[in-house]
Formats: sequence, structure tokens, C-alpha cells
Amino acid sequence: MSLKRNILDLRKRKSEVLKGGGEKAIEKQVAMGKLTARERILYILDEGSFHEYDLFVEHVARDFDMENKKLHGDGVIIGTGTIHGAPICIFAQDFTVAGGSLGLMHARKITKIMDHSLKMRVPLIGINDSGGARIQEGVNSLAGYGEIFFRNTLASGVIPQISVILGPCAGGAVYSPALTDFVFVVNNISKMFITGPSVIKTVLGEEISMEALGGAKVHAEITGNAHFYAESELECFDQIKKLMEFLPWNNKQKATRVEPANPKRRKKVENIVPSDPKMPYDIRDIIEAITDKSEFFEIMELFAPNIVIGFGRLNGETVGFVANQPKVLAGVLDCDSSDKAARFIRYCNAFNIPIITLEDLPGYLPGVDQEHAGVIRHGAKILYAYSEATVPRITVIIRKAYGGGYIAMNSRHLRADFVFAWPTAEIAVMGPEGAANIVFRKEIAEAEDPDAMRQIKIDEYKEKFANPYVAAGKGYIDEVIEPEDTRKMLLHALQVSANKSVMGPNKKHGIPPF
Amino acid sequence: MAEKKVEEKQYDTIIVHSAVYKTEYTQKYINRPVWEYPNENHVFSFMPGSIIDVHVKPGEKLKEGDSLLILEAMKMHNNVQMPFDGKIVKIHVKPGQKIPKKHLMIEIKRL
Repeated sequence: MSLKRNILDLRKRKSEVLKGGGEKAIEKQVAMGKLTARERILYILDEGSFHEYDLFVEHVARDFDMENKKLHGDGVIIGTGTIHGAPICIFAQDFTVAGGSLGLMHARKITKIMDHSLKMRVPLIGINDSGGARIQEGVNSLAGYGEIFFRNTLASGVIPQISVILGPCAGGAVYSPALTDFVFVVNNISKMFITGPSVIKTVLGEEISMEALGGAKVHAEITGNAHFYAESELECFDQIKKLMEFLPWNNKQKATRVEPANPKRRKKVENIVPSDPKMPYDIRDIIEAITDKSEFFEIMELFAPNIVIGFGRLNGETVGFVANQPKVLAGVLDCDSSDKAARFIRYCNAFNIPIITLEDLPGYLPGVDQEHAGVIRHGAKILYAYSEATVPRITVIIRKAYGGGYIAMNSRHLRADFVFAWPTAEIAVMGPEGAANIVFRKEIAEAEDPDAMRQIKIDEYKEKFANPYVAAGKGYIDEVIEPEDTRKMLLHALQVSANKSVMGPNKKHGIPPF
Repeated sequence: MAEKKVEEKQYDTIIVHSAVYKTEYTQKYINRPVWEYPNENHVFSFMPGSIIDVHVKPGEKLKEGDSLLILEAMKMHNNVQMPFDGKIVKIHVKPGQKIPKKHLMIEIKRL
């Protein structure tokens, strides 16, 4: 009889805490077009799989009359569950409770689930929706942030870490997402910045809206802080679930293999690419022509679209694609695209995902803004990332492979495992136009008709050097393949690379150019 | 033929090593900062802020390092100095004025 009473008491206590910040606060949250923290978790995880911990944790603030305030769960929900049957740790800040502000116990709950995810080697998802530090808790809330950042760094490259920004995430709070692998944002809901519009206005006199300063579009398109952009929370959750399909649980495992399938589209790959190397096309059409089910899950679609990165499958296995995009900025490498590709290459390497590189680029983007923005050190990141990667690395040169770009895009010289080239490949120091102007400068200048002579020399150079056979003659590429055989060659190369084992020199860590 | 021309017109171009590539621009590329050769005779504000005091008059001759004005920015009183020996040509700000970043404050001339 008394046991029954205890159970009823537990249920009563639970139902009290589950109210979060109360009806009014929830109404406000809904009016902003947002779901509640608990709804979000339930949507992301498999049905019935969520188990919550630390429900009864209470805050410890004793100043500013805080001791009389009850903050349910201290404004954050933590727990474990599954996505597609795979275990996961998750936390969600609850904006309805004191604006999701981060105090000491709030942070303790987050670090507890982080420690758990690292110990159990399962992925971590963090949903951020918080006004920031709880001012009343002073330095304790700063301590809380620091403890979170440290764990983000510790877990980096060991377990996949995903941040979802579903509300404000301002000041120091932004650095937890920035340290994680993938950041998801939603239009009109996500807001990230170090210094908000009001401070910027009083200190600097610059007037800007929250959305224009640090809205979802800004981070997906301009800053590169966000990797996935969605129009609604539900679309965002579907993106998260999709991403998880491609990832392993941790760095000691491989992503779950699925049933192999042929590409859906049967358009000939050779018909996608224009024969004129100066004409654009969408490289994603090629990727979709070679992946299982023609599926390609693009990452950072809006940021630096002159390079395309993302996951697909070959023979059921997750692979990462890094591909120049001739459709945008002719597919050049620049500061942003180098940064984007390099980080993705390191991600793939950390989580045992083979890297497929599709190459078609004229070189680096010329311009004072690029040079002054540090295209040298940003560009170096790609070289570094490829060179240190020990996962299988396969390159297919589609058309142009000129100069520094050729070296950077996983060339043989950076120890690519396989380098294939289409017969349309042009592997040279630069394109025929530029090369002819330099090599035959004298002949062109002294000719009666310099323009006609230039064209003759361009054609001469094109004939001799703008092809894959000079590089093939040196063994820099392994085979010149027919475009239609691309998928077949990739499947075979992956099969051969399955047990790849290389050892670099022992070191604590390298010093990448970041 | 006419059809093809319409299609080609949609593209922008990028020139790398004398070759002209047909492609699309990104918004960020279109909005990239245009570089200008710096004019040594223009003294700009390096931060937005308020002018606290102006120490010079037009026509005044100054030595390198002499104080031109005090610009308060980020709660600091910054002493803006003469970059070389020269004279004051024109003053564009007055005490109390709030100015944005890269605002032309004083024109000077090397002597």
C-alpha cells in the first residue's frame, strides 16, 4: 500500500517538472514558431527511445533572490535514446525555463551527458536555445561554459558531435557549436553572434537586425559557421536523422554498411560534361550518376559553393566526396572553399570514411581580396588535410587540373591511393592560354599578326600538353578511364583499399595552418 | 544558334591565367571588398567612435608624432598622431561628433 503511495508521489513530482517553464512561457515559445525542448528531442529520436536523466536537479544560485525561484530541470533536458536504432546522447536547452540561461547546475547536466557520450563512444547531439550566461550566477556560469568547451575539444574526432541552433546562441555560448562537427540552423529561429545588435549599436553606432547580423542564412552562406540550413524545425530534424545514417558511432568503427544499390539515373556521365573546358556544368550530376541510388547528401551547400562536399555511398559503404564545382566561380579554390574542403577531409579521416575527389578546376581565384584574406594559409589547409589523411583516397580528374590546384586536389604527390583521369583531362602547370602567353611570348610579340600567332601557339600547346597522357607517361596517374567506367573503377579501388594501413612518424600532433 | 546565345548570356565569367571561364558568381564574391591604393594624406578613423578633442588648425605645420586629435573608441581615448612631418590641409570633424569606421577625419600634406 505504501509502495503505491511512493509511486504516485514520484509521478506527481515528475509531472510537475515536465511542465518546464509553465503554460505561459510555452505559449510564448510556440508563438515564436518554435517547438519546446522536449518536443524537439522526441522528434529527433526513435519513438519511445528517449530516457531522461537529472530531471530533479535544482539550481544552486543564492544571490539576487534566486534562492526563492524554482527552475525546473534548471533549464536543460538531458538523456539517451536511439536514432535508426543506434544509441545517442542528447541535451536540449529549455528556453521556457529562465530563457534557457546557463547556470552551474545547468552546465553540470550538460557536461554529465557529454562525459557519458565520450565514455560510451556514442554520438552527441546538443540543442541550443538559450539567452546565454545566467548573470545571477556570475563566474559559475562562465566556469560552466569552459567545462563544456573543454569536453567538446576532448571528444572532437572521437565521437560525432552535432549542434542544433534553435533559438538564440550568443556570446561565449557560440563556441560550443563552433567546436563541434556539424551545426544545424533554421531560418528565422537560429541567431548566433558574439556581440549582439544592441551592444554594436551603443558602442559602434552601427545599426543591424539580429537576423542580418547572425541569422541562419548569414551563417549558412557568409560565415560558414553552419553546415545545414532548413526552413523549419521539422525539416532540420529530418536532416539530422539523414546525416546520422552516414556516420559511424565513433572513430573506432565504420559507418553502418547498407544494402548496395546501383545509381538510379542512367544518363551517361559523359553527356553531363561539356567538351569545352571553359563551359560550366553541375558536378553534382556526376556524383549522382555514380553513387548508390544516386543519393548525395550535401554539406554546406550554400557556403563556398565553388567546392562541393558531402556523403554518398558506393557499394553500400559511406564515402565522402570533395568535388570542384565548375558551375560556380569556375570551381576555383579560394579562402572559403579551401577551408570548407579541408575541414571535411579531416572529418572523413577521423571517422574512417574514404574520400573520393572529383577534380575540374582552373586554379586559385586571383584577386587582392583573396591574397589579403590569406589565401596562402587557407589554401595550405587542403594540402595539409589530404597529406595527413590515412583513409583510402581516390581522385578522378574530369577535365582541368592546373598548377597548384592539381597538386592540392589529392594528387599522387600527396600520396593519393588511386588517381584516375578521363580522356578529357588536362593536367598541366596552367591552361593553354596562359602557358602560350608565357612560353611563346617572344614569338607572339615578334609576329606580324600577334593574335593569330597566339592562337597558333595556344593550339600547339593544347595539342601537346592539355591531355592526361603526359602525366600518365610519368605514372602520376594510374589509368586513363572511359567516363562510363568511373563507378566501376571507384568500387574496385575501394575494394582494394579496404585494409589500407599506413603509418606516419610519431608525433603529439601536427601544426596545421589554422 | 539564337537559342544558344540566350543560354550563354546567363553566365558570368572568371579569368584565370588568361582563360575566360563561363560560370556563376556567388553573392559573397559580388560583394567582395574592392581594394584601393591608400592615400597617405587621408587620416581615417580606424574604429567607429566619438571625437573628444581636435588639437590642430588648418595650415598648421606639424612634426611626425604630434597629436592631431583624440578619438574615443571602445572606451579608450586614442591619440591620433601625425604620421610624418607635414601640414594640415582640411579638418572634417569637430569635438563631440560621432563617426563611423573609415570616416575621413583630417586631410594632411607631406612637407
